[in-house]
Amino acid sequence: MTIGVLWIPLVLLAATSYLLGRKRAVQAASTGVRLHSRPTYYGTYVALWCLLPAVGVAALWIALEPWVLTHLIVRDLPDSYRHLPPDRLGLVLNDVKNLATGAMVSGEPDAALRAAADHYRSLRSLGASAMVVACFSLALLGLFWSIRRVRADFRARNQVERVIRGFLILSATLAVFTTVGIVLSVLFEALRFFRAVPPWEFFFGLQWSPQMAIRADQVGSSGAFGMIPVFTGTMLISAIAMGLAVPVGLFSAIYLSEYASRAVRAVVKPLLEILAGVPTVVYGFFAALTVGPTIRHMGEWLGLEVASESALAAGLVMGIMIIPFISSLSDDVINAVPQDLRDGSLALGATRSETIRQVVLPAALPGIMGGVLLGVSRAIGETMIVVMAAGLSANLTMNPLQAVTTVTVQIVTLLVGDQEFDSPKTLAAFALGLVLFLVTLVLNVISLAVVRRYREQYE
Amino acid sequence: MTTVGEIRAANPRMTCRQVNVYYGDKHAIKNVSIDIGRNEVLAMIGPSGCGKSTFLRCLNRMNDTIEGCRVTGTITLDGQDIYDPDLDVVLLRAQVGMVFQKPNPFPKSIYDNIAYGPKIHGLARTRSELDQIVETSLQKAGLWDEVKDRLKHPGTGLSGGQQQRLCIARAIAVSPEVILMDEPCSALDPIATARIEDLIHELREQYTIVIVTHSMQQAARVSQRTAFFHMGDLIEVGPTDRIFTRPRHSLTEDYITGRFG
Repeated sequence: MTIGVLWIPLVLLAATSYLLGRKRAVQAASTGVRLHSRPTYYGTYVALWCLLPAVGVAALWIALEPWVLTHLIVRDLPDSYRHLPPDRLGLVLNDVKNLATGAMVSGEPDAALRAAADHYRSLRSLGASAMVVACFSLALLGLFWSIRRVRADFRARNQVERVIRGFLILSATLAVFTTVGIVLSVLFEALRFFRAVPPWEFFFGLQWSPQMAIRADQVGSSGAFGMIPVFTGTMLISAIAMGLAVPVGLFSAIYLSEYASRAVRAVVKPLLEILAGVPTVVYGFFAALTVGPTIRHMGEWLGLEVASESALAAGLVMGIMIIPFISSLSDDVINAVPQDLRDGSLALGATRSETIRQVVLPAALPGIMGGVLLGVSRAIGETMIVVMAAGLSANLTMNPLQAVTTVTVQIVTLLVGDQEFDSPKTLAAFALGLVLFLVTLVLNVISLAVVRRYREQYE
Repeated sequence: MTTVGEIRAANPRMTCRQVNVYYGDKHAIKNVSIDIGRNEVLAMIGPSGCGKSTFLRCLNRMNDTIEGCRVTGTITLDGQDIYDPDLDVVLLRAQVGMVFQKPNPFPKSIYDNIAYGPKIHGLARTRSELDQIVETSLQKAGLWDEVKDRLKHPGTGLSGGQQQRLCIARAIAVSPEVILMDEPCSALDPIATARIEDLIHELREQYTIVIVTHSMQQAARVSQRTAFFHMGDLIEVGPTDRIFTRPRHSLTEDYITGRFG
């Protein structure tokens, strides 16, 4: 309802005010006076004054309305309800709101509740109309006030650009605040976890068996929260993945950018990029159903003991997933190396491979590093493939043929299903998440430092 | 179209006969024949797009790197056909060095920029031999005194003129016979340009130099012979002082008097 009554006319009004502002500016200029800004800026200025205050008030209204309404309802409820404990009162208020909208209600409502519901309904419709009226008056006020300021010497462009800069700042801070919010929420839950489990046990413990007894005498009532085996799993699988993805991705990028003819490149590059579009779930069952058993058969044939869910299978498939990231990014940076440098090297009698190894790759190295680090972050954060192909048992091992588990897999298994959010078992997920976040952060900082140092040396 | 003037040189290092270059369907160089004499500076002038740079790049087969480019005719270096399928283009380019329009030092240190060529051709057996090559090349390029204390600094940190002299030193380091220069001063200021021109004078004692230039004054200052290209044709060639004082072809006269180009 509000969309139709409020927003559509408001947008129309803003469009009109744009045209009015523009027209007034053109008229002001018709006397031969030079306008300070282009006419569109005057139009935009008036439209912004029409739209922004109204939108601001509407947003504020929508945010505060439930709170104000609840207060008004509670004030008019009979004393027997008003003195209920807060959680019971909340249920009663829910009933009132449901009654007002005609939804299901718990139990038979009494007269007081019915009266409250009627009251609530009338307040809401009153509030909606009041908001529409307030917004439109404000919009009109803004329109008339700003259009009167449109004169030839008025600096509309500067004003509009200030508003635009404000929008840009708002967008930038939004992303920053979201990040801060994520970090804080993970941090506080992790701190709750460390109240139950000592940090040294978490950081240095060699046993991971996250379980908590509901009763003291239950079997398996002792939990162990040592993160070492889980992180070893993550590192092992990431190392296998990068061991496959870095050489294959880099070599294919070199082939595509330096050796392939235009026709080959036009076919192969999109095909490689299709790999990046395959959903990780699909990679997951490819790893679990095809690669895992194949590796086990090959292992048996060689006389090796291979678990059917092995770190090797998950790592290899993850490596295949990461190849397009590395090849595509490296291909771009290798292509960005100026042709001048290649010519300079070739003109000295260097062969193509000497040119690539000694001139092109060093010049492209910062970009290639960037691609590799993006790949590492993907490998560490990847969940689906490892859930399906690497297993759940937290073995502390460096043997790629055994089943291992990773940080992300453990977070998933700790948080899926019905969980209470106050046991260390669930909270452990946040501690793991925090450490994972810190690890990727440190990796990024290191890589940035490496790249910057290299740049200083060579640019 | 026949070329006006004397295409032959008394003691040729390179000879080009009936050279044609095609970029796909485009006929970029039409039947050009010219000699390049020993220890002479040959200047190639002409309006933009006349094919002078294309022709220059035929002389060390840099056109090979351009897709769709086809070269016919004969070009010889010391009597050896450089388009012979048996010839190793890597060795040819070590003998015919090139300096480009825009200074293009490698993103390496000054030392490594010079040492790059000698290293890949195995010209130095020991570290001190390599040091010696680097020093001599920089001295010949007139850059040694300016950079001898900062050989480990990046070559890209030098000024434009210094970078171009670094590129010349880099070309000298593999001891070529011929040095091709493709508008080597077009990105430089007048003072740096004057230094490069002085350098070309000195280098002529030991090397054969072919220089493409947009500046007729530069051609007049540095070269002994001048070739004038127009629309892929070699219009006129002859001793530089004659070309600039008594051109025989009307197109040459129009160009050097500034009526077009």
